[in-house]
Amino acid sequence: MVNVITTHNVRLYYGDKEALHGIDLDFPKQKITALIGPSGSGKSTFLRCLNRMNDLTPGVTITGSFKLDGKDIYSPKTDVVELRKKVGMVFQQPNPFPFSVFENVAFGLRLAGIRDRKLIQERVETSLKQAAVWDEVKDKLNDNALSFSGGQQQRICIARVLAVQPEIILMDEPTSALDPVSAGKIEDLLLDIQDKFTIAIVTHNMQQASRISDRTAFFLDGKLVETGLTKQLFIAPKQESTSDYLNGKFG
Amino acid sequence: MEDIKRQLTHSSKATKQDRYGKAIAFFCTFLIGLLVVSILYLVASRGLATFFKDHVSVWDFLTKQNWNPSQVDKNGSPLVGALPMIVGSFSVTIFSAVLATPFAIAMALFMTEIEPRRGTKFLQPVIELLVGIPSVVYGFVGLTIVVPVVRTVFGGTGFGILSGTLVLFVMVLPTITSMYVDSLRAVPRFYREASLALGATRWQTIYKVVLRASIPGLLTAIIFGMARAFGEALAVQMVIGNASLLPHNLISPASTLTSVLTTGMGNTVMGTLPNNALWSLALILLLMSLCFNLIVRYIGKKGRMAK
Ligand SMILES: Nc1ncnc2c1ncn2[C@@H]1O[C@H](COP(=O)(O)OP(=O)(O)O)[C@@H](O)[C@H]1O
Ligand SMILES: [Mg+2]
Repeated sequence: MVNVITTHNVRLYYGDKEALHGIDLDFPKQKITALIGPSGSGKSTFLRCLNRMNDLTPGVTITGSFKLDGKDIYSPKTDVVELRKKVGMVFQQPNPFPFSVFENVAFGLRLAGIRDRKLIQERVETSLKQAAVWDEVKDKLNDNALSFSGGQQQRICIARVLAVQPEIILMDEPTSALDPVSAGKIEDLLLDIQDKFTIAIVTHNMQQASRISDRTAFFLDGKLVETGLTKQLFIAPKQESTSDYLNGKFG
Repeated sequence: MEDIKRQLTHSSKATKQDRYGKAIAFFCTFLIGLLVVSILYLVASRGLATFFKDHVSVWDFLTKQNWNPSQVDKNGSPLVGALPMIVGSFSVTIFSAVLATPFAIAMALFMTEIEPRRGTKFLQPVIELLVGIPSVVYGFVGLTIVVPVVRTVFGGTGFGILSGTLVLFVMVLPTITSMYVDSLRAVPRFYREASLALGATRWQTIYKVVLRASIPGLLTAIIFGMARAFGEALAVQMVIGNASLLPHNLISPASTLTSVLTTGMGNTVMGTLPNNALWSLALILLLMSLCFNLIVRYIGKKGRMAK
């Protein structure tokens, strides 16, 4: 099993307050890893370390080692722009730009300096198909992305990330703002694309984690309590707190 | 039982207060509405009298170049060609907006994107100060500094469209900047995050996402600036030269609708043609500000952003 991202002894401070207390978590290639745990346990904070989005928050200090394909993510030589092309991110709230669907999906390609119109069109189409939203938008590619439903917007956002052809996609509760039907569509599409991408998904929804993920990591109070194959972790958790959480004793 | 019934069928104190509040609000709205309607009526009735009572043709009024309402030409029709003022008004308005816009964009970006903390700390008070300065002061400064400088650099008297433009530039700059700052701040944070997460640099994020998402806001800000420029009277009047001639260049004395109004107001008698002609100019001003308003509304409707 090849790991795309490996992390070791990750600590993160918001000012003086330590929010992550030494985390070791690896993301195996072309697998879906679910990050579960109660609110405030540090899942988003950890996820945002992986594409260095925390760099944007003032007062954050990060220690520990992060490697993407063996290369240090936080080395001064790392080009953050290149890193973020390899490590895509989907947010909790669907956040398409107030442009047309086409321009949204083509955004990353234009950033990459691709000028070839045919190539852009092809990529946009492929990405929208991969994101299972092509049929719904193919006649409305020039419509403002904001004119679509929340679920469609989120799939457009996923297509926007896929178009850049990242290695790993970070998703922070991508379905928690959506209705169950839209959420189901996104779960299905993740299962469809998992043989091409490595996916890390934060979710509050235990069923979702068990349905789609290969591995699960349980976070609690800024610590990684337990990690393992999803089946094993759900059927026979090793730690008492994991079992309590899975059984809904707190949350 | 009886008690409960009474409670349910009688309006509570809160409901009554609610009703009073509504009544007062309605009354105030009605008063304001009445005021607006009477102003419109006054300006329109006087302004239209030139055409209906004094039988000046609207076309002549808008296209003739001779403005001397107390005189008549050889055919006996009064000399009320407003074209020079209309051209003057539009020139200073458009030139000052065009000149101010790049500066406003740069200042607004500096305050919101590039140096939010220091930028706001220093520029915010400057902008507020500029907004608060009375226009007569602008006119005075224009008269003592801008006019002589224009005279030395470009020749002529120094009075004219260029001086008017420069003075208005300083006056509309804070308007456009502060409105555009608001609309930049209204660009949701998550647009920026999405863009950065896709591998955009900060600068790419600014011009490909933030600037683009805020174009409607920028247009609105420019229109507001233009409305201010179009309606400004005193400062312009002091530097433009007040000659009702069709301007052929930027440095010869010219006039605007407002400057003719302020200079002419005290010298005419109510109900006479010269007075009515001034009202017609006021009517044009009113219609223009209505236009500006409609454009702003239209842009606002088209360019909505996600919340
Ligand atoms: N920008 C921030 N500044 C300070 N503390 C923060 C910030 N973001 C998150 N935290 C704190 O870090 C901890 C982890 O938060 P978060 O990663 O958002 O948890 P989760 O995503 O698991 O709900 C919480 O205690 C939260 O209050
Ligand atoms: Mg979170």
